[in-house]
Amino acid sequence: MSVELLINAIIAGLLLGGFYAAVTVGVSISFGILDIVNIAHPAFIILGSYIAYIVNQTFGVDPILTAILVLPAFYALGAAVYQVYYTSFEKRGQDALRGLAFFFGLLFVTEVMLILVFGVDYRYVQAAYIEYTWHIGFMDLPFRMVIPCVMSLLMVGLLQLYLSRTFTGRAIMAVSQDQLALQLMAADPIKIKRIAFAISIATASVAGALLIIIQPVEPSVGREYIGRVFAICVLGGLQSLPGTVIAAMLLGIVESITATFYGPSWAPAVSFSFLLLTLAFRPAGLLGR
Amino acid sequence: MRAFLFYLFSILVGGLFFIFARWLGNDYLFFAGYTVLQFIVLATAWNILGGYCGYVNFGSAAFFAVGAYSSVALHKLGANVDRYFPESLAGLAKAILPLNIPTLIIIGGIMSGLVGLGTGYLTLRLRGAFFAIATLALAVVLQTLIVNWDFVGGSRGAYIIRPADVPIIGSYIQYLFLIMLVLSVIALATARIIEQSRLGYGFATIRDDEIAAEACGVPTLRLKLIATTISGALMGMAGAPFPYYIGYLEPSSAFGLAYAVNSIAMPMIGGTTSWVGPLVGALLLGTLQQVATVTISSAVNLLIVGLLLVGFVIVAPKGIIGLVQDFMRERASDQGQPTWRSRLAIFANMRPGAR
Repeated sequence: MSVELLINAIIAGLLLGGFYAAVTVGVSISFGILDIVNIAHPAFIILGSYIAYIVNQTFGVDPILTAILVLPAFYALGAAVYQVYYTSFEKRGQDALRGLAFFFGLLFVTEVMLILVFGVDYRYVQAAYIEYTWHIGFMDLPFRMVIPCVMSLLMVGLLQLYLSRTFTGRAIMAVSQDQLALQLMAADPIKIKRIAFAISIATASVAGALLIIIQPVEPSVGREYIGRVFAICVLGGLQSLPGTVIAAMLLGIVESITATFYGPSWAPAVSFSFLLLTLAFRPAGLLGR
Repeated sequence: MRAFLFYLFSILVGGLFFIFARWLGNDYLFFAGYTVLQFIVLATAWNILGGYCGYVNFGSAAFFAVGAYSSVALHKLGANVDRYFPESLAGLAKAILPLNIPTLIIIGGIMSGLVGLGTGYLTLRLRGAFFAIATLALAVVLQTLIVNWDFVGGSRGAYIIRPADVPIIGSYIQYLFLIMLVLSVIALATARIIEQSRLGYGFATIRDDEIAAEACGVPTLRLKLIATTISGALMGMAGAPFPYYIGYLEPSSAFGLAYAVNSIAMPMIGGTTSWVGPLVGALLLGTLQQVATVTISSAVNLLIVGLLLVGFVIVAPKGIIGLVQDFMRERASDQGQPTWRSRLAIFANMRPGAR
């Protein structure tokens, strides 16, 4: 085990972790803050990847630009999904079992639809920066990892500013704690929740574009991310975005070291062990109260 | 008396199908029937935890695969006795080792029951959603382990060469069909017994209001662990004969998402509160899928299942059984549903020695 290999693995892990933060931030909002167990989130991410792929193939547009352009569409999709969820489950007070089954059904339907339309071939995008790699001494910084990491941290930072500085943002943080108090502050809890859920789905469009820059995508890739996303979300303490970033980096480093020294086929097992250990020993997360 | 009628009726129906299919002389009916029966077991097993306790298990495929791969491992051991055993034990191993299928089913059941107990123990003390997420991740990780485990074939998969025929019954697929028939009767009987016992009332109090149940002295954690173990074991038992059925087992088929989706969709569509629901759901959906696979394509039939699941969950949350009950109640609206309070009272009164 050489030091150079180890340092490179840690750097790759940090970059990977930065990207994981973008994947997880949506779930941190929907599951962590709103208490909606949206296990279909990775499916929306894959949907985002495929949209980036189509636009990139037909018009040659940069995937990240595409993602930002389709943000409103994803926002609307998220609002629609929340409306169905609210009227069918939350209002009737039976959201636990059936709500989970609903999202699982969504995950499955999205995946099968993508398979029916695009098949199970791996798809990738083309952009000028994907090929480049920065060499600093013995360290390698591939741009296809650096750009997603930077974009992801930028997005999480903006979201954190939004949640802590604006009225709506603070209302979102408050909605899970005390709905009645929120109503007294002249904010409609249902509307606030709809906005928050729509934002969480909108992040999936960006995360999807970043994903397809990093690796080729096929419809069932999303499943690998379910374990990762929830492991990071729980370890990060559910509600806190800075906690999410730290947990994402940690998981990224552990996965990268595992892949470097034991082979990439073991990497998916890491997140699960992470999740189980967190649930068993520190269910409140790293930064939890 | 009703229990006796139940066993008589289920054996009669299964037997009639068997005789009918034999009379037609078409082995495909047994192939298709085996799949439907397997889904009856999976759906019933899922419902013991999901329907009775209200805890969603997304990892049915993992439990199923644990059963299937324990069979593969034992089969491999049996095929290469000389390589894996010291000489002193080889004779003994040769005498035991190609195990018959009922034994494999019991071993598969024990293995995945243990997996269920372990997962439950680590996650069930927390909020319900964590258990669901952990089971989802469990499938991914067990698949990783199997892919990296060369002994059972790794990602290449493993071939199981099954005997061409068995004594008395004849063709091997008919033998497998009969075994699965017995297994599904066992699964339904288990669900039925649980439902009418003290255990079932305890499960129902957990489903309705876990915190209140805990406060009233229901041992919730212990009951939940019993449920995960029974449910996991039944899923493993459904998986154990699978390698002999399919002939070639690889990780992505054993861990296929179709098992997870079907074993959730079938009880949800049939109705989750009684043992009849999963049976109805599995019969309907299983048959529909067999027909759709032959006539349209296997991807489309999975899409149908997914859409039906989402549709039923939104429109008819009580499933087909619930729809039928509502229809009956409109005609004769008298006896009310048992409330949470009455279930708790029954649970308390059924304490051993209370009566």
